[in-house]
Amino acid sequence: MSEKPQTPRSFQAIILALQNYWAQHGCAILQPYDMEVGAGTFHPATTLRSLGSQPWAAAYVQPSRRPTDGRYGENPNRLQHYYQYQVLIKPSPPNLQELYLGSLEAIGINMDLHDIRFVEDDWESPTLGAWGLGWEVWCDGMEVSQFTYFQQVGGHDCAPVSGELTYGLERLAMYVLGVDHVMDMPFNDPDALIPLTYRDVFKQTEEEYARWNFDTANTEVLLRQFEEAEAHCKVILEQPATDPKTGKRIIMAHPAYDQCIKASHMFNLLDARGVISVTERQAYIGRVRALSKMCADAFVQTRAGGWSEDAA
Amino acid sequence: MPDLLIELFSEEIPARMQTRAAEDLKKLVTNGLVEAGLTYGSAAAFSTPRRLTLAVGDMLAASPRTVEERKGPKADAPEKAIEGFLRGAGLTRDQLEERDTPKGKILFAKIEKPGRAASEIVAEVLEQSIRNFPWPKSMRWGSGSLRWVRPLHSILCIMSAEDGAEVVALDVDGITSGDETRGHRFLAPEAIKVTSFEDYAAKLKRAFVVLSAEERAETIWNDAINIAFANGLEVVEDTGLLAEVAGLVEYPVVLMGQIADDFLGLPPEVLQTSMKEHQKFFSVRNPKTGQIERFITVANRTTADNGATILAGNEKVLSARLADAKFFWENDLRTATSNEGMSAWVKSLENVTFHNKLGTQAELIERMALLSADLAPMVGADADEAARAARLAKADLSSEMVYEFPELQGLMGSYYAKAAGESDAVAAAAKEHYAPLGPSDDVPTAAVSVAVALAEKIDKLTGFWAIDEKPTGSKDPFALRRAALGVIRILVENDISLRMDRFIDAQLVRNKGQSNGDLKTDLIRDLVEEIAEHGVFGAAFKTVKERLAEGEYNDAFKELGEQVPDKSVDLLGFLHDRLKVYLRDQGVRHDIIDACIAMEGNDDLTLLVKRARALSETLSTDDGENLIQGFKRANNILTQAEAADGVEYSYGADIKFAEVDEEKALFAALDKAEAAIAPAMAAQDFITAMSAMAALRGPIDAFFDAVQVNSDNGTVRRNRLNLLSRIRTTCSSVADLTRIDG
Repeated sequence: MSEKPQTPRSFQAIILALQNYWAQHGCAILQPYDMEVGAGTFHPATTLRSLGSQPWAAAYVQPSRRPTDGRYGENPNRLQHYYQYQVLIKPSPPNLQELYLGSLEAIGINMDLHDIRFVEDDWESPTLGAWGLGWEVWCDGMEVSQFTYFQQVGGHDCAPVSGELTYGLERLAMYVLGVDHVMDMPFNDPDALIPLTYRDVFKQTEEEYARWNFDTANTEVLLRQFEEAEAHCKVILEQPATDPKTGKRIIMAHPAYDQCIKASHMFNLLDARGVISVTERQAYIGRVRALSKMCADAFVQTRAGGWSEDAA
Repeated sequence: MPDLLIELFSEEIPARMQTRAAEDLKKLVTNGLVEAGLTYGSAAAFSTPRRLTLAVGDMLAASPRTVEERKGPKADAPEKAIEGFLRGAGLTRDQLEERDTPKGKILFAKIEKPGRAASEIVAEVLEQSIRNFPWPKSMRWGSGSLRWVRPLHSILCIMSAEDGAEVVALDVDGITSGDETRGHRFLAPEAIKVTSFEDYAAKLKRAFVVLSAEERAETIWNDAINIAFANGLEVVEDTGLLAEVAGLVEYPVVLMGQIADDFLGLPPEVLQTSMKEHQKFFSVRNPKTGQIERFITVANRTTADNGATILAGNEKVLSARLADAKFFWENDLRTATSNEGMSAWVKSLENVTFHNKLGTQAELIERMALLSADLAPMVGADADEAARAARLAKADLSSEMVYEFPELQGLMGSYYAKAAGESDAVAAAAKEHYAPLGPSDDVPTAAVSVAVALAEKIDKLTGFWAIDEKPTGSKDPFALRRAALGVIRILVENDISLRMDRFIDAQLVRNKGQSNGDLKTDLIRDLVEEIAEHGVFGAAFKTVKERLAEGEYNDAFKELGEQVPDKSVDLLGFLHDRLKVYLRDQGVRHDIIDACIAMEGNDDLTLLVKRARALSETLSTDDGENLIQGFKRANNILTQAEAADGVEYSYGADIKFAEVDEEKALFAALDKAEAAIAPAMAAQDFITAMSAMAALRGPIDAFFDAVQVNSDNGTVRRNRLNLLSRIRTTCSSVADLTRIDG
């Protein structure tokens, strides 16, 4: 069907190869969610869509932020802002492992020369009230993806079960391209008229955000924003299902979930500022989890979440 | 007789679950078969990352016919009752037999069960086994409801005999059984048809699957030591890692790689931990220098380039990992050797909660330091040095390396303390103060380490006792049982005699002060000082209380006075319980320990153990065992007489009222024993004391044989009771023998 893939020469070529591959295999290619999230899983296309009975297949790049991982762009592997590639298919197809291995071939990993392994790694997100079983996938000893069968999200059992694949794009690309420092990685084609490296694109922002995340972010503001988002989320979900203006049933699961995402990010920022003690940490995580559960409860009352007039 | 072959083929099973799962499959299926009447000759289970396999040899081809007789209601019972019985038996009325019995005419049913074909039974049993499989964690997938450890793809189930093989048909949630399996995921992914276990094992071998986990482990280990040996090196043994790695591959290929020179200066433990935890590599060391110089990784395949690409990839990943470790190591060393030094780390522990009722890690460290100084003179350590060691022992919890590798806590602290110019004793205490972690872990022996290790555990115990978070049943979230066993082993194995009471009391007070904001710091300090002064809590508390001004004697302080003695007794009881377990494992009987715990000074655990061991040894002799009988007889007679007479016969036995020789001999024996026992006990020489006690056996037995204690002569009787009392007193000075069983 497809020709032997060309070995990619840039970060973006790898992303494009993944996009093409999963488009060919029936996924809707979505765009990144327009909010700060800690991982691709937070995109509502994964979190919310893994709930309920409706079939789903989506793939997308998600910029992700982990403020505590910032190293001013100096560490060869660590970034406070990086990209994840995320695939979610519900119900998980029986050949998901083979599909996944195909995607590695598509980005130029020769299956005859490498050692690919599925190593137990159960996934749990305490902030999302979610867990699943699966593996981290190793290529020659390096973790290149996370492979998970979702069992529960937002406190709800997943039925049918979604299969989720998460690729850490920078790490994977560095490996495929043979680059030792992320900043040295070609972002576009090295022979392009204006060749750009990852450094050209992100070194400065890594510095700026590292300084802000660690030392400058105003913790009082962050704390207030956390609490506002938390309160806002609850208020949104307290609204009656029927919209008084249109008379339609409109449960605002997504707007509420946006506030949950916001609260989660504020928590991550507070954490990076080092103002959250170990015991407080648990309490904050519990508060975000409570929000994500409420959003999940709301989502399963919507059509996309499997609700139908007939069943109600 | 046919053989049965089952294979459950799935996506990758976690390595740690495979061996157990294979055994569970064997147990579930063979138990099910036997229960249904299918006996078999042999059974063997195997596991690889993608399959569980069971081979059953020489199974019956069908279950035997059975006849069961069932007793029913009386023949004249109500119609309903008879109908019910018929339904249950699956028979009609005319098939029942009436029998005359002493209770009248009773109906009997004879239920014949024809034998069933093995295939039918196997299908049922296997389906049940799959549905009820005891995975530690299982999951659903796709749209199905079946649970398995990871998605189950196929079921191979065949019965084979000389005339060929047949598939045992079954269907579990849409997965139908067949006679096919698959080889290695990458090297031989095609379907393979098999006809028997031998055929299956041989074909899998050709398809790059080594079925036996032991064989894989053996291959890995042999290849690893050979390749290391060929390079003049040796592999660091790690059986846990070996078993895990054997569960990650179907076709192991051992490769040895280089560690870049930049990283060879890292502490060997860091190299080893990083390589093991992150990469599941074996460490390879130079036997001459002890340095770790290379690693062994185990690939799951052969390649056209003989693993060159795989090895290069692994080396690169390792370099990235070790670059992190080196970064942490260098940063940490910089901090440790800076002006502020490790105390900067301790300071940052002020922000780390230990427990919401017991304060921060920094506060815990301070309590531990105070107790370490208190304990130091008792264990031969310098108080200042012990306190210094305690203050630095947990500093590495703030280090970057320990954040990354929590299992290196203590050890890193020891490296950093050395780098910071601390004494060897202080550095060693950082590493050793957590010990012993398990029952077979070594206990610290250096004095400073002993003081800090004891303080660490006693503080933990008293802290959780102070806030009523004792272990209950199987719940012991703070590992307090382990801490208690640690205290016992450190004391006993170092032969340290130490009265625990006052240290427990003082540390309870400190922890109470921590957990209750209404207790003023200086008050707590005063009280602890007074405890050290008086050696007992009650007097210390009274002294402090009397010094208090009007109104300072608040509820919190009052409560403290009430609670500490109870909690202290309770905690000592907990230590005694742990001690019983510890000694029972060494063959000392429960009742013997009880007999010793009942004695004064039982808060000195080392002394207690010596006493118990001596008593145990004494009681294992013929004299000792019989002495107990004599002692109990004396004690019973005496107790009964005292109850009847309402007096205590406690002294005044006089040899001049002795009537027979045996009685006189007992007087003499008691004189001799008492003379020997008292100084021996004072010198804590239990062996001597107890053998002197055991020597009483002969005279006591002779006495009872010759003499009737309850003589008609009141004076003689009284004298004899008082003599018995001497036996009781003498023996009881050694241990409370009334608690000995039998």
